Amino acid sequence: MTFVIALTLFVIAVFLGVELISKVPPTLHTPLMSGSNAISGITLIGAIAAAGAGNSALTTVLAFGAIALATINVVGGFLVTHRMLGMFKRKG
Amino acid sequence: MSTTVQLGYLISACLFILGLKRLSKPRTAVQGNMMGSAGMLVAVVVTLLGFDLVNLPVIAAGIAVGAAVGVLLATRVAMTGMPQLVALFNGFGGLASLLVGAATLHLELGNDTLVSTDLATGGLTVAIGAITFTGSVVAFTKLQEIFNGSAASAAVLRAGNVVLVAGAVVLMVLLVLSPSSMWLWLLALVALAAGVTLVWPIGGADMPVVIALLNSMSGLAASTTGFVLGNSLLIIAGALVGASGLILTFIMCRAMNRTLGNVLFGSIDASGVTADADSVYEGKITSSSADEVALLLDTAEKVAIIPGYGMAVAQAQHAVRDLTRVLEDRGSEVVFAIHPVAGRMPGHMNVLLAEAEIPYDQLKEMDHVNPTFSQVDLAIVLGANDVVNPEARENPDSPIAGMPIIDVDKARTVVVIKRSLSPGFAGIPNPLFALDNTLMLFGDGRTAVEEISSAMAEL
Repeated sequence: MTFVIALTLFVIAVFLGVELISKVPPTLHTPLMSGSNAISGITLIGAIAAAGAGNSALTTVLAFGAIALATINVVGGFLVTHRMLGMFKRKG
Repeated sequence: MSTTVQLGYLISACLFILGLKRLSKPRTAVQGNMMGSAGMLVAVVVTLLGFDLVNLPVIAAGIAVGAAVGVLLATRVAMTGMPQLVALFNGFGGLASLLVGAATLHLELGNDTLVSTDLATGGLTVAIGAITFTGSVVAFTKLQEIFNGSAASAAVLRAGNVVLVAGAVVLMVLLVLSPSSMWLWLLALVALAAGVTLVWPIGGADMPVVIALLNSMSGLAASTTGFVLGNSLLIIAGALVGASGLILTFIMCRAMNRTLGNVLFGSIDASGVTADADSVYEGKITSSSADEVALLLDTAEKVAIIPGYGMAVAQAQHAVRDLTRVLEDRGSEVVFAIHPVAGRMPGHMNVLLAEAEIPYDQLKEMDHVNPTFSQVDLAIVLGANDVVNPEARENPDSPIAGMPIIDVDKARTVVVIKRSLSPGFAGIPNPLFALDNTLMLFGDGRTAVEEISSAMAEL
């Protein structure tokens, strides 16, 4: 992928993100943060690819750390968001 | 990367987009979160199947360890510990990106195929990831109250921060111009230090801005990692999170009438305040008791409760719920007026009150509730201070001038539950406490609310 295509994807995704989120009610601020944080754990697939390609001890160690950390983010983030949202109830 | 993998990533990106959209509406939020996790599952499975992976045991071990820790953290944490957990997750995301960026760049540094944009985005990944990581760790220690940055060292730290950020920029340029691992690791070290100096001087009430900003940065770090790896899904997902965190950051800044720069590098200047606490409070403070407040509540038709960080500290949310039920059973209407920056992270009060089973439609936004305060018979301020300080509205010379506040002073009677007359984060006295229609109920928030409830039962 060329840099310009990557940059194009980035800029369009930023605009899309702004559109998606701009009307979020304050009640959902915390779940949105923890849920979106879980999505930023997408680094996990980068870490898996890096570990898979790794041939030196150093990169293997780094990739193991990255996989573990990103998985904490993904699993913990989605789970705690689910738990939190379960507490939000409407009246009646 | 094969076409199958790329198409899998496209499906995953769509699920993230739909998930975020649904996550921003109360009715669909649970579903949105599930779509997000489905997107993640698709991405991981496609990656595991689609790449020629030589280190499968390492990958499996990493995922197993991470999943175990993640489940443990997510299921064990109390709602009062949520700001810390969010800070910690932001930090893990940053560190993961830092490691992937550094490992990839370290591997490829010998290759001729490495172009300057790879080096630049790789350097950026390392820098943003490192700042996010240490910044989040410092935020965590502050929220956990392990450390508190002292104001005296703030100027030194801010100066140090400028030097470190400048150093990081220089190292990034050096990395692009003469690629070597030395610059890469130096950059990581300098950026790690910059994260510490950035967040250390930032105080409690500004935490919502910091948490939202670190959230945004953890997304940005993932996105720049995508540039390094040439992975479209990382770029898109990271950018979405970066944008959503940035929006929250600006919502928080607007709620304090401050710019992001002012929160990060400025400080609230209380030196120009003309009125000192004694002249504001002397002879004008009316102290009250739980019995008196109960009598007032007995005749109040409309009650507004304004929670602040003090409610979180006192863990008073369940006591508040019990009092609310008592009042509602007696026919009073109870609303909660929530300031956007009340607490230590965006939405902090909403989460605590949700935990106490208070329906979210009973929680009113500042802009909606303010015009109604003239009809409020009794407003109870519980552990909030600066966000209800009328100085922000009335005194253009005040350090908090122009900050949107909750207009509790317009209620018929105001009860402020507070340990003492000590100032809030802005360090200025609050004339609300001295108003004729304000009663001070001194004491621990939870105990005070419980005493009011039992006094009501005896009426």
